[in-house]
Amino acid sequence: MSELAQLRFRDPARAQSLTATLADRARALGRAEPVSVMHVCGSHEQAIAKFGLRAGFPPELDVIMGPGCPVCVTDVPEVDEAVALAKQGVRVATYGDMLRVPGTSLSLADAHGAGARVEVVYGVAQAVELARTTTDEIVFFASGFETTAVATAAVLLAKPPPNFSILSAHKYIPPVMEIVAEMPGTKIEGFLAAGHAATITGWGVFERFVERHRIPVVVAGFEPLDILAGLVRLVELIGEDTPRVENAFPRCVSREGNLEAQAVLWRVFEPQGGRWRGIAHVPNGNLRLRDEFAQWDARRRFDIDLAPLWDHAPAALVAQCQCGDIMAGIASPHDCGLFGRECTPDNPVGACMVSAEGTCKIWHQYGGHPDLRQIRRRA
Amino acid sequence: MRNRRFVEDRITLKYGAGGGAMRALIEQVFAAGFGDVPGGIGLSAMDDGAALPIGDRFLVITTDSHVVQPIFFPGGDIGRLAICGTVNDLAMMGATEPLGLACAAIIEDGFLRTDLERIWTSMRDACTEANTTIITGDTKVMRHGELDRIAITTTGIGLASRVVPDNGLRPGDRILVTGTVGDHGLAILATRGELALETKLVSDVAPLNTMIRRALAVGGAGVVAMKDPTRGGLASALHEMADKSGVCVVLDEPAVPVRDDVRAAGELLGIDPLIVANEGKAVIGLRPEIADAVLDAIRSHPLGRKAAIVGECIADRPGSVIVETGFGRRLLAEPEGELQPRIC
Repeated sequence: MSELAQLRFRDPARAQSLTATLADRARALGRAEPVSVMHVCGSHEQAIAKFGLRAGFPPELDVIMGPGCPVCVTDVPEVDEAVALAKQGVRVATYGDMLRVPGTSLSLADAHGAGARVEVVYGVAQAVELARTTTDEIVFFASGFETTAVATAAVLLAKPPPNFSILSAHKYIPPVMEIVAEMPGTKIEGFLAAGHAATITGWGVFERFVERHRIPVVVAGFEPLDILAGLVRLVELIGEDTPRVENAFPRCVSREGNLEAQAVLWRVFEPQGGRWRGIAHVPNGNLRLRDEFAQWDARRRFDIDLAPLWDHAPAALVAQCQCGDIMAGIASPHDCGLFGRECTPDNPVGACMVSAEGTCKIWHQYGGHPDLRQIRRRA
Repeated sequence: MRNRRFVEDRITLKYGAGGGAMRALIEQVFAAGFGDVPGGIGLSAMDDGAALPIGDRFLVITTDSHVVQPIFFPGGDIGRLAICGTVNDLAMMGATEPLGLACAAIIEDGFLRTDLERIWTSMRDACTEANTTIITGDTKVMRHGELDRIAITTTGIGLASRVVPDNGLRPGDRILVTGTVGDHGLAILATRGELALETKLVSDVAPLNTMIRRALAVGGAGVVAMKDPTRGGLASALHEMADKSGVCVVLDEPAVPVRDDVRAAGELLGIDPLIVANEGKAVIGLRPEIADAVLDAIRSHPLGRKAAIVGECIADRPGSVIVETGFGRRLLAEPEGELQPRIC
């Protein structure tokens, strides 16, 4: 067998050796308190949880999930807009994850239950197909970061049918990293950036961030070995004096990124300040359709009346939801009094319990961060 | 049982998904007020079936309603499923020679006779494989729209000289699965819906009684627990066995047989093959000294060629299931609710 054929994507032996290196590097920092790093992607958390990587992380390292779930950071008024449109008789198409995200008084699933027409689609292209088969107004409630936004943009450039429009809840990750880095009391000393988003933006997008905040960034992929290798480099960089960006996902990510995709993205969208659910107003954090695409912008096409939804007081439980602090890395799901009790995947209070990429949903599914380092195998 | 969940005012789909919600419903509504079976196994044990002591043997009874969408799927149909489901539940209790089955069919107005004949042909074939037959039945037809095409309920009886419960595990015992997991669930999910996944996934639906008979003949009293991992998959079965037995099951994930195409479809849909239904597999708890002999016996059967020892029981953390992933460790999640393909 050739050497190439023996290279395995999921190689437990390599994982063990990387895990040992990670422990060495973290210990070498010589800190009294664990050093905290943040990743900003639900897919990273999914992989960490699914492969049980946390059981191998050294106690000297705290890996926190930040605001990396697009569904979770979709703000309540954005959900309200979709619900209001659906109740006004427009057919709203969206990703299945968005269905149960609570708005002020209703989720899209509630609206659907009350007779509104809400369709689950697997992507924006399917929503366009739906629009082609009907004369009904179809609004695609678009969530997702720069990765998903490119797909939405491409559809608009291809001139979708006139009865199709977009309600954009698209968000742009780099600005929110600034917010988290500037949060008072933040303990974050390094960021693990999401490989797929960087495939579009390029790793160069983080250079200015590193300069301003003096915090290292490592771009990492989503296989267990990618994550472990990325963390090793991140901890090494924390130990060095000169913070920089490093690309630990070179098989996909370049410094410039996908220029064609960026051109498509910025041709259709422009950055705009907006609230991220539970976190803050993020300058340039939202993606708004440019004026020349106004005819496909649901916000400009329809008169969206939110008053009937806001007349109902928000449920008292929502006020106790700590999704924001959890996504900012300040709190963990176990700090939230609702977690696993009033708030479950069947009956979510906060958006983090809805999406497969939400911290609370992942913790609920995989039992949080149980300490499984020491398990006696023999009775 | 640890289940302290409270059943809500309305019964929603999650109560039929085979997880904790369903167990809570059974405990709080169905089993409440029904007594135990002295010297045997009754409803309160929430096992695969009941066992009534008769002389020095046990009469094992089990019943199962079958609804599946679509009713014809790659590798089988609702008829084959209805026979195998009940034959397998009997086998999991140790009754590997079913005396006979009762079958009730509820049919929607307008159902095609040719479809019905196709279903009954496959039921006859499955009975032949399992060496049993249908001995009585009932038929109802409901108005259009009152039922989604057809529901079939089968009840089986059989005799067992020793009943194998699902709670007999103790630390040190080995866990065996009789073949690849996730085949049925992912075949059905891939067939359904707008995903337009083109796969060659095939359900594993099959009667297991002849294979289980070989295992019991070799393992005897060393076969201490059996369960067929249907709804909720291997994850639910292991949780239930660990919980009822008061042990922790450590699952060696790389040892769990999963077909490549099933694994690929699962990654694509975001659905773990460990949590989807199997209709032709068993999970068996074995005393360590007979584990290898039983493994050989099962592998000698055509349905058991891919069988493997996939875990062992420990005393730490009773009631939980720990997965050794090869990269680290995690707790195995117990599936809840309907399976939704992941979107992004």
